[in-house]
Amino acid sequence: MAHSFDYTRARLGIAEKCVNLNWGLVLLLGAVAAIGIAMLYSAANGSWQPWAEKQAVRFAVAALIMFGAALVDLRTWLRMAYGFYAAVALLLIAVEVRGAVGMGAQRWIDLGVIQIQPSELMKVAAMMALARYFNSVTVEEIGRPHRLVVPALLILGPAVLVLKQPDLGTALMLVLSGAAMFFLAGVRVWQFGLVVAAGLSCLPVAWHFLRDYQKNRIYTFLDPENDPLGAGYHSLQSKIAIGSGGIDGKGFLMGTQSHLNFLPERQTDFIFTMLAEEWGLIGGLVLLGLYLLIVAYGYAIAFRSRNHFGRLLALGITTNLFLYVFINTAMVMGLIPVVGVPLPLISYGGTAMLTVMFGFGLLMSVYIHRDVRIGRFGDSDE
Amino acid sequence: MSQKREMIRSSLLSRRALLLAGGKLALLGTVVGRLYYLQVVDAGRYQVMADENRISIRLLAPPRGRILDRFGVALASNKPTYRAELVPDQSGDIDATLDAVNRLVPLSDTERRRVLRDIRIKHGFVPVVLKENMNWDEMSRIEVNTLELAGVSVEQGLIRDYPFSDKVSHVVGYVAAVTEQDLDGDDPLLELPDFRIGKNGIEKAFDIELRGTAGTSQVEVNAYGQVVRELAREDGMAGQDVVLGLDMTLQDLAQQRCSAEGSSACILIDLWTGEILALVSTPGYDPEAFAEGLSTAEWQKLVSDPLNPLSDKTVSGVYAPGSTFKPLVAMAALDAGLITPDTEFNCPGQFTIGNAVFHCWKKGGHGTLSLHRAIRESCDVFFYNVADRCGIDRIAAMANRFGLGVDLGIEIPGERKGLIPTTDWKYATTGVKWQRGDTISCGIGQGYVSVTPLQLGAYVARMATGRLVLPRLVRAQGVMATDADAATRMNPDFAAMGIDERHFDAIRDGMRGVVNEEHGTGYHARILVPGMEMAGKTGTAQVRHISEEERLHGLRKITDVPWKERDHALFIAFAPVGAPRYACAVVVEHGGVSAGEGGAVAAPIARDLLLAAQQRDPVHHVPEPPPGVPGRVAER
Repeated sequence: MAHSFDYTRARLGIAEKCVNLNWGLVLLLGAVAAIGIAMLYSAANGSWQPWAEKQAVRFAVAALIMFGAALVDLRTWLRMAYGFYAAVALLLIAVEVRGAVGMGAQRWIDLGVIQIQPSELMKVAAMMALARYFNSVTVEEIGRPHRLVVPALLILGPAVLVLKQPDLGTALMLVLSGAAMFFLAGVRVWQFGLVVAAGLSCLPVAWHFLRDYQKNRIYTFLDPENDPLGAGYHSLQSKIAIGSGGIDGKGFLMGTQSHLNFLPERQTDFIFTMLAEEWGLIGGLVLLGLYLLIVAYGYAIAFRSRNHFGRLLALGITTNLFLYVFINTAMVMGLIPVVGVPLPLISYGGTAMLTVMFGFGLLMSVYIHRDVRIGRFGDSDE
Repeated sequence: MSQKREMIRSSLLSRRALLLAGGKLALLGTVVGRLYYLQVVDAGRYQVMADENRISIRLLAPPRGRILDRFGVALASNKPTYRAELVPDQSGDIDATLDAVNRLVPLSDTERRRVLRDIRIKHGFVPVVLKENMNWDEMSRIEVNTLELAGVSVEQGLIRDYPFSDKVSHVVGYVAAVTEQDLDGDDPLLELPDFRIGKNGIEKAFDIELRGTAGTSQVEVNAYGQVVRELAREDGMAGQDVVLGLDMTLQDLAQQRCSAEGSSACILIDLWTGEILALVSTPGYDPEAFAEGLSTAEWQKLVSDPLNPLSDKTVSGVYAPGSTFKPLVAMAALDAGLITPDTEFNCPGQFTIGNAVFHCWKKGGHGTLSLHRAIRESCDVFFYNVADRCGIDRIAAMANRFGLGVDLGIEIPGERKGLIPTTDWKYATTGVKWQRGDTISCGIGQGYVSVTPLQLGAYVARMATGRLVLPRLVRAQGVMATDADAATRMNPDFAAMGIDERHFDAIRDGMRGVVNEEHGTGYHARILVPGMEMAGKTGTAQVRHISEEERLHGLRKITDVPWKERDHALFIAFAPVGAPRYACAVVVEHGGVSAGEGGAVAAPIARDLLLAAQQRDPVHHVPEPPPGVPGRVAER
């Protein structure tokens, strides 16, 4: 790639930015999305309706948003980080309040054109806010526990709200990716140990917050054969589907478990199961390989970035993606309880697609602005 | 300084990023390992589980074999039945749908309540039965309107069809739902919810043959158990047909004649083959009601009916043979050489042993008479003397040889042995020694003696042929297709009884006299068609003791006696007299006119049957008698 521009310069031209877009990453994302659309086509028993077509359109729209986000100056993103976080947090509270007032749990806000799930957006917003916060904190200051109160609140606040929705998966992801950010920012390992210990001691309280069906999922995870037709049904049927796929799968559109409705939620959370059933171990490894490449790409971008904010943001977003993939696949394979995390770019769902692609836009922005110097408070010079 | 701090921060981040990457690789490795474990190591197990999920094996009930008469007329077969079902999920407004169905096929309030209850307790995709056993008309009405009846569909099944209903109900029997006790075998068919098995008659005796073997259908089902498609199918074996020796035309005639007399039983036998041409017990019942399922009220009605429709009186009914026993007593004495056809006894109207007096039915007596007249006029005193001379054990042995008091092994269930007493039997059961007077009663078929109509049939058949004719319901050769199929000679399996033929001739001649001679007790029932004449013996079985008062003041008129206390009327006969081919036994419960000879109601039935049988005979075809001759039976 040509480095014709002067990295001391504060502003980059739009043409330069376009040249510096990560076309390799775009190709990878396109490949994963294509697999997702194919799976949704299969999930509808070989039909573009009702999922595949919509998902394709969404991917196109989300790609535009991604490019838009990539072209925005990284410093602008730094400045907007807290504001964006605050806006998403307000939406989250709004959903919570309306959920309390209205009937049942509603996780999204209907904007007419699109329904937005604030909890999904929060995953990116929290990364941005933490990246900005830790960018502003020096290595010495990180050692002081009171410096960690604010970022801890930035994570735990929304995590509790999301948990109350109840959305165990998103809460888990927020906490885990937050922890990763703390770790990357240089928080002392013993402090980490302390937090983990504190977290473990809070588990009974968290348990209290869980709904019965969530508790059941955990019981079921611990003893899946306990109630094969009740709570363990999803987990068991998912394992049967994956296992029966074998090495080369049952073939596209030929998955018996998925097409005969033994597999629940095959277009959303359990779409990896269907892929593993129809395309077997080979298909599963190919997809996991693509994700691994994307994660590696994220790491490469982070290492290429010369500013702390960019590195933190790139690693945060990459970790976020990784957690999506890990939690989802581990969940459908019965490694962890069923918590309800979508498979990024594959599962049917607008907000998740939007969030993930927006995150990749930020990642690209980090790459494009890799040589820009960013001070502790967002200014270009120290 | 700031530069250095930035360097430190940067290298710390790099180190930690690498550590994090290592952690991620480890986690990803776990996922990949798990995927490998599921899809390679454990793949076989999960493939089996996936197939168990989706493949369901449904049992296919084979069509039950038919029961046919000798000419292939179906006495029991299968007919389609239609069942309306509703899938609640596919029906928007259940109440509106039920109303619409009700306009086409009336649903009672009870049915409607049951439907609504089923809908409540079952999953919405499980079909609920709206109406069972619909006929073609009802089915068509629903079928034509299915577009307006969301979620309603019509399913076809097979139900047992008994076209002759109660006319042959005891022979054919019936099928009914499988009960707990029937589940001993390992035939999976028995567990099908709609399966029916034979519970009586031929249906029960030949249930295994009629049932056939189950087929299977491998179907792919979805998670809700709905069938998606059929993967494989193995048709079972349809049940075999069972062909009976019955001639439905004769059976129909016998049933009509018997049911006119209320509670009665009758058997008609082809002497050459032993095949039973008609076996009737009246009243009968409707076997279809059992197949469809009886209500408690219907069951109660059948059970409490004084005419006992559920009992097959031909094999389960035991009756005192009355005077029909007299030829047997005569045979015992003749065979023992104690009398000859010319031995004479005097009948003064009564017979005395010690201070016990035994009366003849004819007041004033018959005077001096020998065997022929004694049979013809059914003289009681003559047979008191013969029996007294013979002794009960000789009589019993002879009775057993003629099929009385023994198990004849008829194919249908419920056969009873009746009772032919012996001296040993009495002592063993009552502890009292056999009395001479006991033998006297038995000599006229009263006292301890009791037999079934089936046994009477075997007895008269053996008397007519001198061979061990064994009555059988099932026809081994299958449906009788041509005349060539018809028997042309006596079945060689029926061994000669080893009794002097002259004894038979003497008794048969007496029986010929009963019907064809003016003083015969069955003269009124003679056959007037030349060459078809029958021989027979009347009988009356006392149901109660005649009191001393009645003896003094004369018997009450028949109309004064309650039905239950009236005597049974019996008649045994064979025809044609010269070369016997058919035998018949008739018992009409409480059909006796009085203590006098009760052939009045029973004999005409036997006459009609024997005449009809001869006229239908494909080999010995005898021209129809001219119109107007009494005893002619209109062919149906």
